[in-house]
Amino acid sequence: MVIPLRYSLRNLRTRRLTTILTSGGMALVVFVFAAVQMLDTGLRQTLVATGQPDNILVTRRAAGTEISSAIDRAQAAIIELQPEIASGLDTRRLASKEAVVLITLPKRETGVATNVTTRGIGPAGTALRPQLHIVAGRMFRFGTSEIIVGQSIAHRFNGAGVGQYMRFGGREWTVVGIFAAGGSAFDSEVWGDAEQLMQAFRRQTYSSVVARLTEAGALDALAQRLENDPRLTLDVKREREFYEEQSRLMSNFISYLGLTLSVIFSIGAMIGAMITMYAAVANRVGEIGTLRALGFRRAAVLWAFLFEAILLGAVGGIVGIALASLMQLVQISTLNWQSFSELAFSFTLTPRIVLSSFAFALLMGVIGGFLPAVRAARLSIIDALRAI
Amino acid sequence: MHLIKLIFRNTLRHKLRTGLTMVGLVVAILSFGLLQTVVDAWYAGAEGAAPDRLITRNAVSLMVPLPLHYREKIRSVDGVKAVAAANWFAGVYQDPKNFFPQFAVEPAYFSMFPEYRIPDAQFRAFFRDRQGALVGRKLAQTYGFRVGDVVPLKGTIFPGTWTFVVRGIYDGADAKTDTSQFFFHWDYLNETVKARTPALANRIGIFIVQIADVDRAAEVSEEVDALFRNSPAETLTETEKAFQIGFVRQTEAILIAVRIVSFLVIFIILAVMANTMAMTARERRGEYATLKTLGFGGGFLAALIFGESLAIAVIGSLVGVALTFPVAEWFASEMGTLFPVFEVSRETVMLQGACALAVGTAAALFPARRAIRVRIVDGLRAIG
Repeated sequence: MVIPLRYSLRNLRTRRLTTILTSGGMALVVFVFAAVQMLDTGLRQTLVATGQPDNILVTRRAAGTEISSAIDRAQAAIIELQPEIASGLDTRRLASKEAVVLITLPKRETGVATNVTTRGIGPAGTALRPQLHIVAGRMFRFGTSEIIVGQSIAHRFNGAGVGQYMRFGGREWTVVGIFAAGGSAFDSEVWGDAEQLMQAFRRQTYSSVVARLTEAGALDALAQRLENDPRLTLDVKREREFYEEQSRLMSNFISYLGLTLSVIFSIGAMIGAMITMYAAVANRVGEIGTLRALGFRRAAVLWAFLFEAILLGAVGGIVGIALASLMQLVQISTLNWQSFSELAFSFTLTPRIVLSSFAFALLMGVIGGFLPAVRAARLSIIDALRAI
Repeated sequence: MHLIKLIFRNTLRHKLRTGLTMVGLVVAILSFGLLQTVVDAWYAGAEGAAPDRLITRNAVSLMVPLPLHYREKIRSVDGVKAVAAANWFAGVYQDPKNFFPQFAVEPAYFSMFPEYRIPDAQFRAFFRDRQGALVGRKLAQTYGFRVGDVVPLKGTIFPGTWTFVVRGIYDGADAKTDTSQFFFHWDYLNETVKARTPALANRIGIFIVQIADVDRAAEVSEEVDALFRNSPAETLTETEKAFQIGFVRQTEAILIAVRIVSFLVIFIILAVMANTMAMTARERRGEYATLKTLGFGGGFLAALIFGESLAIAVIGSLVGVALTFPVAEWFASEMGTLFPVFEVSRETVMLQGACALAVGTAAALFPARRAIRVRIVDGLRAIG
């Protein structure tokens, strides 16, 4: 015989304040658990969306980031002419020789001086990034001091509106357009003509070469040939892999910190559940005796109390996930330690996070409720009935 | 006296419940303290900054270098005592995971940083060896570097593999000094770069400028920057502290998140504590009514409840604070050079105490109000 679920439900309702407080504590833990995963997911999605699957990115060997990389013109020309590099409609190679410079701009709201990636691209630069489109103004013209800015930059920085000017590298640059790049890291960048940027900064070398492969499988042959070429000291990577690596340090930091905190905090919430359930058992000794006398088995009593604890966890889980889903409206912008530049990303809720957070909440309920439920089940009928 | 005895007895009535609540408090106060210390550790660089040091860097950004000849021009500015060039090296020791700061510096650098304590013999040995390196105590402990060890670094900004010989280990003047750094000769860097990649030679990351008069910091900064205005490489000079804070503020979003989370754990424990007190008070409604019948006033009941709540909170937080120190020490040794300075500050301990008192008080509010208001008849009628 099973004790009706209504019994457990009603018990929670009668003790409203206790239920709210216990579930509230759990909700906060679930909120932290979910929010941290959302942040990590948002970060990864942003950087993965930045790389196209059949694009490659070439940097100087062991440079790791575009900022510390340097590729001279002769090397760039060799890369561009490899047979695995696809050609565009105008029969020119789909390869963009890019110069990346960090510039410091003050944020509009806080005035904090922030490193912003400024990317000089070659003529094929936009064709290589189909996720990018202009949302205001127009594309810059090559050979001029015109620039376009990503929408995150336009929102957060002064002087980044269409028709405004930015001053760096001893020149004034006109912002002629704002682009959206599908939530990728390019949204936090400023783009201009690579040759103009290199002149302004008196650079002789590019930072990286981005190119489209004729077919995705051609990477290995290309990488091997380039890496064995004695004239070159280069690393060849898929663009997507390159950006995944860029997020690794930050992503690890967020997920380790988040997981540790969730586990530690959950101890507090589980203790709360345990206190509540022990009290629930202690207050209902007589009831338990009656149930047993009516013929309900120990297992049935155990389940009734365990179910009550699981319900507590479920309420906490639902509230916590609801709170966390509000965080989707928040965008975070911070320094990415690996690229050393500004990166904006949002909290992203996925079905997986919802499921894992809910499971985490139920688990807290089970762990918190198990010992009290065992105590309830082990009461002897006679002692329990005598207890009133 | 009776009151205190009664509070004490009441606290021990439900040993399991009181014990569990205290464990929860200990965990919460401990994690709150650690999170606050993590945030403090972030600002440690700025805390260790000296007021007589200015940093001159390229106005465009830190990653854009300055020409070498700026050094002499900066030195000529009135009020400047010494100038030293430093370059961020960003080498990889065995694996990218093993991150620690490496700087190529000029000899004048060390006289500007008196907080680095180096034995004279080791300092002289460092100067005699072109490939010599000075490492901080914490760094040496983390990777087991000893004087005489050869340390290979793979350059990311400056290509190739570089070998250094540890010639000295420096200690910090106090716990706030960063001893996780690796210093070597700027001349060695520049000469090697000239041979390997001439395009990168004679370029300086930052100049450290020591000024004679601390009060003239703003003036001197202004004068240095004026020297290079409208040149291809304009400079930005600021105090060391402003420079360090500039770093921290760029990752502010993460710091704010950690701060918020550290207060969330206090709310979690508040919910647990309030629940405990609410249950306790509910079970004792009959007793409160009896006490009232005997002539004890609402104030006495409130004192009973607040006393019990605060007693649990204070004991729990004392244990929590006491545990913070060994746990922080363990955490710091596990993290190695990631947090060069990891010290539980006095403010953190005070905040922990304040939070515990707030939790204890807030948790007793509702039960106390209810106990004061309960009518004797209703109270006596209530069972369990």
